Amino acid sequence: MSVTAPQGQAEQAAFELRATTFTLPTLRLFSADLGELSCFLETKIQQAPEFFRNAPVVVDLSHLPEVALDFPLLVGLLRGLGLLPIGVRGGSEQHRETARLMDLAILSQGSRGPAAAVSAKAAAPAPAAAQHGAAERPAPAAGPAGKLVTRPVRSGQRLYAQGGDLVVLAPVSSGAELMADGNIHVYGPLRGRALAGVKGNGDARIFCQDLRAELISVAGHYRVSENLDPALAGRPVQVRLQDGRLIIEAL
Amino acid sequence: MARIIVVTSGKGGVGKTTTAAAFSMGLAKRGYRTAVIDFDVGLRNLDLIMGCERRVVYDFVNVLNGEANLNQALIRDKRSDNLYVLPASQTRDKEALTRDGVQGVLDELAKSFDYIVCDSPAGIERGATMAMYFADDAVVVTNPEVSSVRDSDRMLGILASKSRRAENNEEPIREYLLLTRYSPERVEKGEMLSVKDVQDILSLDLIGVIPESMAVLNASNSGVPVILDEESEAGQAYMDMVGRYLGEALPHRFLEVPKKGLFRRLFGG
Repeated sequence: MSVTAPQGQAEQAAFELRATTFTLPTLRLFSADLGELSCFLETKIQQAPEFFRNAPVVVDLSHLPEVALDFPLLVGLLRGLGLLPIGVRGGSEQHRETARLMDLAILSQGSRGPAAAVSAKAAAPAPAAAQHGAAERPAPAAGPAGKLVTRPVRSGQRLYAQGGDLVVLAPVSSGAELMADGNIHVYGPLRGRALAGVKGNGDARIFCQDLRAELISVAGHYRVSENLDPALAGRPVQVRLQDGRLIIEAL
Repeated sequence: MARIIVVTSGKGGVGKTTTAAAFSMGLAKRGYRTAVIDFDVGLRNLDLIMGCERRVVYDFVNVLNGEANLNQALIRDKRSDNLYVLPASQTRDKEALTRDGVQGVLDELAKSFDYIVCDSPAGIERGATMAMYFADDAVVVTNPEVSSVRDSDRMLGILASKSRRAENNEEPIREYLLLTRYSPERVEKGEMLSVKDVQDILSLDLIGVIPESMAVLNASNSGVPVILDEESEAGQAYMDMVGRYLGEALPHRFLEVPKKGLFRRLFGG
């Protein structure tokens, strides 16, 4: 809905989806010591600065034992060195979840081809350009897959509605976190974080009665409370993504 | 069957132990057989507030380890025959608390008591989670300031997800908000959150508002639960709180700045 290519309906051949194989440098981590990694990478890059400039890189965590890794810091580190981290392989569920939230692709370990490629092929004949955002994954099913919460969501609690919408009929405290593959509806004050479309669904929206959130995000595009218009507090609003920008508007 | 009530907060120094002492004394005064347990192993204080520190022989951890039986460790309060104190150990740490052990003690107490009040330590670690795990009701003690409110909120989240009732999908713990150290003067000046502010954030049933009072400090120092100081506002507020817990509909008092006459201005109130 939000992204409509102007010539999308007119021409059948507006785009073509094909599976293509790329050779990508893979950064295989053996230790979670980011300081050490930083030193090592810097020397490496100095040897061939041109080669590494804006080079896409896949982070392979499969050889990293189950240790706490500051994943966002790692991504920041790589970007700081001029690399373009684009995906993650292996690692714990938590690492993958963080990666998803940071808009990185989750790549499979080899034999099991990336789910994205398969579903994208299946979706290819669909003419609607609106599918664009959701093409990588099947659109989340609404309704039964969603989650309904009637008790207050307290600081430190995390709720995740997998494959659907999250509806909260109570206050969401600061320090609480709501996540959904689909939309998020909050019918009490929203003081915590709300992340809609965490698997990349740019059509997901956040609806709330009273927006005082610490952070809101749709498909990885986020805004923290400092950058929210205080005039919107206490009014019903919706948050949606349009052309890669977060739009927050009163309803 | 006894009802188990945890007095908790997350943040330290907000008045948990004062509340546990006053509340359990109040229930005992109403004629209910009440036991109050100090879960703050390693930093025990309840015995001081209850004024029984010189009668501690065995403690909670001795009972958990089978070094003493429950009757040897329970200290009967001198002011009420219905009230017993189970002190914490000062020489161990909270690792001594095991879920099975705590359950055993609570089960045994439940046979002969109406109410079991658990005084939780600060924090969200083992002592605090043990104190609240078996609870039926929770009194969340909160000061009218933002960090205390947030910690209480965190504690409420843990109550809703990590208690026995939550894990067994039973009826959730009944949660009550107790505001302590409330100063209407400072609320009026905008230095303190008001009752309404706190209730807005926590959306919880308010069981009482205890005004900031010198009587609390005096009571702690002399080892007399403040509820026995019937002259003091804090004592009266705790009595109201016990009444509300037992289902009485009582209006909240001490929420407004008292209008002081000349006499009270001169001689204090």
